[in-house]
Amino acid sequence: MNPTPPLSVMIVDDEAPARARLRALLSGIADEMPNTVAAEAANGKLAMDALEANPVDVLLVDIRMPKMGGIELARHLLQCEKPPAVIFVTAYDTHAVEAFELNAIDYLVKPVRAQRLLAALQKIPRPTEADGAFSESAAQVLSALQGEARAYLSCHERGRMLLIPVNEILYLKADLKYVTARTTQREYLLDESLTRLEQEFSERFIRLHRSVLVAREAVAGFEKNTTDETDTQWYALLRGVPEKLPVSRRQWPLVKSYAKNLTS
Amino acid sequence: MIDFKQKTGRVSLPDFGNFGVMLRILLGANFLAFGMALARSAGSGAEAGPVSQYVDLSIKVQPLLILNILALALANGPISRLPLRAAQAAIVLFAAFSSALLRIPFSFMEIDSGPYPLISSALLAGGVAGTLLYYFELRALAFSPAVSEARLQALTARIRPHFLFNSLNAVLSLIRTEPERAEQALEELAELFRVMMRDHRELLPLADEIALCGQYLDLEKLRLGERLVVVWEIPEILPDIKVPQLMMQPLLENAIYYGIEPLSDGGIVRIRLIPKDNEICIELSNPHTGANSPCKTHMIAQEGNHMAIANIRERLALHYDLEARLETEVRPDNAGDEYRVRIVLPCRSPTQ
Repeated sequence: MNPTPPLSVMIVDDEAPARARLRALLSGIADEMPNTVAAEAANGKLAMDALEANPVDVLLVDIRMPKMGGIELARHLLQCEKPPAVIFVTAYDTHAVEAFELNAIDYLVKPVRAQRLLAALQKIPRPTEADGAFSESAAQVLSALQGEARAYLSCHERGRMLLIPVNEILYLKADLKYVTARTTQREYLLDESLTRLEQEFSERFIRLHRSVLVAREAVAGFEKNTTDETDTQWYALLRGVPEKLPVSRRQWPLVKSYAKNLTS
Repeated sequence: MIDFKQKTGRVSLPDFGNFGVMLRILLGANFLAFGMALARSAGSGAEAGPVSQYVDLSIKVQPLLILNILALALANGPISRLPLRAAQAAIVLFAAFSSALLRIPFSFMEIDSGPYPLISSALLAGGVAGTLLYYFELRALAFSPAVSEARLQALTARIRPHFLFNSLNAVLSLIRTEPERAEQALEELAELFRVMMRDHRELLPLADEIALCGQYLDLEKLRLGERLVVVWEIPEILPDIKVPQLMMQPLLENAIYYGIEPLSDGGIVRIRLIPKDNEICIELSNPHTGANSPCKTHMIAQEGNHMAIANIRERLALHYDLEARLETEVRPDNAGDEYRVRIVLPCRSPTQ
């Protein structure tokens, strides 16, 4: 006999009764599947925070939650070195359920039945079995499923994962290999492509330059470089930080028309 | 199915007390008069243009029209109780008779009237009345549940599956710990579904709709707990009027889905009922979450909400024609923007 430690579970749902129900079900199946509820969280962001102090084997995740929904949470979790298993729990979302079916992503429908929960927990792959190929395809499915822009970007720093709220980012700048995200406090290195970011956040950011996206609301104004008469160069001034960002000749007409809307 | 036919029959006669119906009669009759003027001017060579012909006609037509509209408005109640065909015949006869009667003073003054001025004007007025009644019948048919049953069903009996399954889930969580609260919640859910599955063409007392909204909000409170704060600002004695079923509940459902659920700290849903002179203003407000969501979510949310608003607007038009309106606005506020939906209803219930 080799006693395995009980499965540690985190319940992520914004509705307290829904969390209580899952807790009751988990204690009901404890005989067949030893488990402990290590933590509970009311949304994706809080779940990420809780995971930091309290790593778990599996998360039971509601899809529709404020601040950070279940799909985005799963996308960030996939960035982790050893991503915990995620089982989605959804009230009703045919669209998502179909995608889960097709891609072998585990899910439960509310109201959850004890037998289904047990079956889902028993199916969880052992951590050693987690292969890269699965998480790669899962990442694509999830990004297609989310259908809306993320609320946070994730960034690895000294073995930790940081979440940067997108609405705090002033600009995104591509340097050789990385993309830097600038907030009023500091810079973060992201492992993403600027083109993808531009597509995802087209409503929030505007391209100034081949390698720079700026948040529309961070633009304070524009300034012309007067040192060189023959070659005028425009710069965007930002709220909260002293940097000036160059605007390329090609993007200037677009940026200018946006700036006009801003003032009118 | 038999029940169905009777209903269509009842819907067919327009509500003559309704301002929109009066306007339609006025415009329709004048449109026909203008057509007649065009025909006459074409028939009589270059003697008189269509406009002067129309002015000529107008002198006779307008008093007649006003007399008929007033008479119909006054007789609206008794007429609507008659069988449809009898009522229509009565209206045509009345139009013809009143036209002939009004024609008498004119026939003394006029030189160029035809051989039988009284008879021809009676026939004309009767024809116009018949045409308009036919138009109203077609219009009622186009809007009637028999024709667009599927559409009306789609418009009204929509409860979000999301809400149903979440509520059942919440009830399940209560059964062991708070059986009494679970019992109450199931009763509320049953009541809500009873209304959802009822015949939606009938009108209900406003008090019933308010009570239903209360039960619905109770269920949502079960799920959302402290995140949902409901503030009722309604008079102690509700005005005794009938309103379309499920006129407010879907709006509250939207308020919660788009206004409260996306907020981790929740917010306030306010229901205000303000009786005015001969109107009642119902105002629902919730936090406007579009402003603080980063990107596309906002747009999607707006779309879903617009659909529900359009549905209710259509139903109000069906029952009240031009006399009811539904407006939405976003009010900037220090504590965050507020989204408001306002329904203004006439105090009198529409006849059915």
